[in-house]
Amino acid sequence: MLFLLGQIGSFALRQLAEMGRIFLFLLSAFGLALRPPAKLRLIVHHLKTIGVDSLSVVLLSGFFTGMVMGFQGYYSLRKFNAESWLGSAAALGLLRELGPVLSAFMVTGRTGSAMAAELGTMRATEQIDALYSMAIDPIKYLVSPRIIASLIAMPLLTAIFDVVGIFGAYLIGVGLLGVSSGSYIVGMENAVVFQDVYSGFLKSLSFGLIITWVCCYKGFHAPPMATGVSQATTESVVLSFVLVLVWDYFLTSIML
Amino acid sequence: MIRVVDVHKRFGTQQVLKGVNLEFVTGKITTIVGTSGCGKTVLLKHLNALLLPDRGQILIDGVDITKLGQKELYEIRSRFGVLFQGAALLDSMTIFDNVAFPLREKTRLGESEIKKKVDDRLEQVGLEGMGYKFPAELSGGMKKRAGLARALVTDPEIVLFDEPTTGLDPILASSIHQLIARTQKAFGYTGVVVSHTIPQVFDISDYVAMMANGVIEAVEPPARFQASPNPVVQQFIHGKTEGPIQVL
Repeated sequence: MLFLLGQIGSFALRQLAEMGRIFLFLLSAFGLALRPPAKLRLIVHHLKTIGVDSLSVVLLSGFFTGMVMGFQGYYSLRKFNAESWLGSAAALGLLRELGPVLSAFMVTGRTGSAMAAELGTMRATEQIDALYSMAIDPIKYLVSPRIIASLIAMPLLTAIFDVVGIFGAYLIGVGLLGVSSGSYIVGMENAVVFQDVYSGFLKSLSFGLIITWVCCYKGFHAPPMATGVSQATTESVVLSFVLVLVWDYFLTSIML
Repeated sequence: MIRVVDVHKRFGTQQVLKGVNLEFVTGKITTIVGTSGCGKTVLLKHLNALLLPDRGQILIDGVDITKLGQKELYEIRSRFGVLFQGAALLDSMTIFDNVAFPLREKTRLGESEIKKKVDDRLEQVGLEGMGYKFPAELSGGMKKRAGLARALVTDPEIVLFDEPTTGLDPILASSIHQLIARTQKAFGYTGVVVSHTIPQVFDISDYVAMMANGVIEAVEPPARFQASPNPVVQQFIHGKTEGPIQVL
């Protein structure tokens, strides 16, 4: 019994220490991001890898999500003779929930996993040690610019996802299922308020931070071997997905 | 002068360093030899505080670097150049940018001065005209040369070489050894080489330190090292499987 308690205690302590390390990692990345000189070239580079390179997958997923919402929304609303509310239903669903969450998933799969793999490989091939040896802080050089870039790119990608999604739902609802174009647009205009856009923006900002934080941490601390890199990549994606959903629940419950 | 005093290091249940004591003479090359996995690289990584000891001191000019804060540690590290086992070149950059990297990040030199310095170093290691290539396009020997150019570009006082000839054929290994000897004469740095390629390393070393079972067993100039009556040294030099060194 004592042995079992000891094991549980030791496990809890290890988890607590790991959580402490994760938070310190984020704090030091933020602290170093604020310390000059700013790594503008690196931030722009990561804006490309996180933002521009994720654009096609965000456009595609946003468009199809919107079209599915068009079908599903029409099917549900028709039961109450409320097809004219399709625009507001699609817009609210996308702006408040689906846009931020699904674009976060896309960025995690497209860029977060690559971040973890890249940093993990740099750890395994001693490139991170080489930075330390050259008296260059690898967190400032590798992590801080990625975090800043993701804080800029994520809300923009989410906004694009929302717009494309709303257009996709419009195409299905108005173009295919015969909902009036006017009622779609006006219903959306009447239902959506600034708070809806703002909550989606806040969510996307915090999801961007979560994804980059988790993926960079996992990659940065990957065991220095091939299986270590693959393990770090898998863990970073799974943990990002879970944390995005959990954090989404908390934000939704606060901001609803 | 670098002094390692009673350094202990454990990873999990494995005690790797069990009280290492060693001095590295300024302006000379000291080579640490020993069997694979005996802790040579672990010791090397303690010298510029990439690893910190569980117990003991690393003294550089009398300052214990294990007690320094982050800022002072970076100042100490900027006195070092390191050639890693796999060269550790940043694979997203060209060779030129890799060599220029510490100058761009840590100095206020203009781009024309940086270019001149990088070109000089690339020429010294026999890579002139190769600066536009990426690390993935280079052979193992060329990567090591590029790594050496990067290690030397800041004119460091101390250069650490982690198994500089591992994975190279004997001819390439000799050329890297000659390069180390030549650059040490040219720049006068204190060199610490970790290697197990004997007898070739004897030609470039001023001192040879034998590491076994987590401690330094002997430190001698190469000729005296080879004639040492120490059974550990003799077992290693002659590659015997039986003796005081435990072969796993």
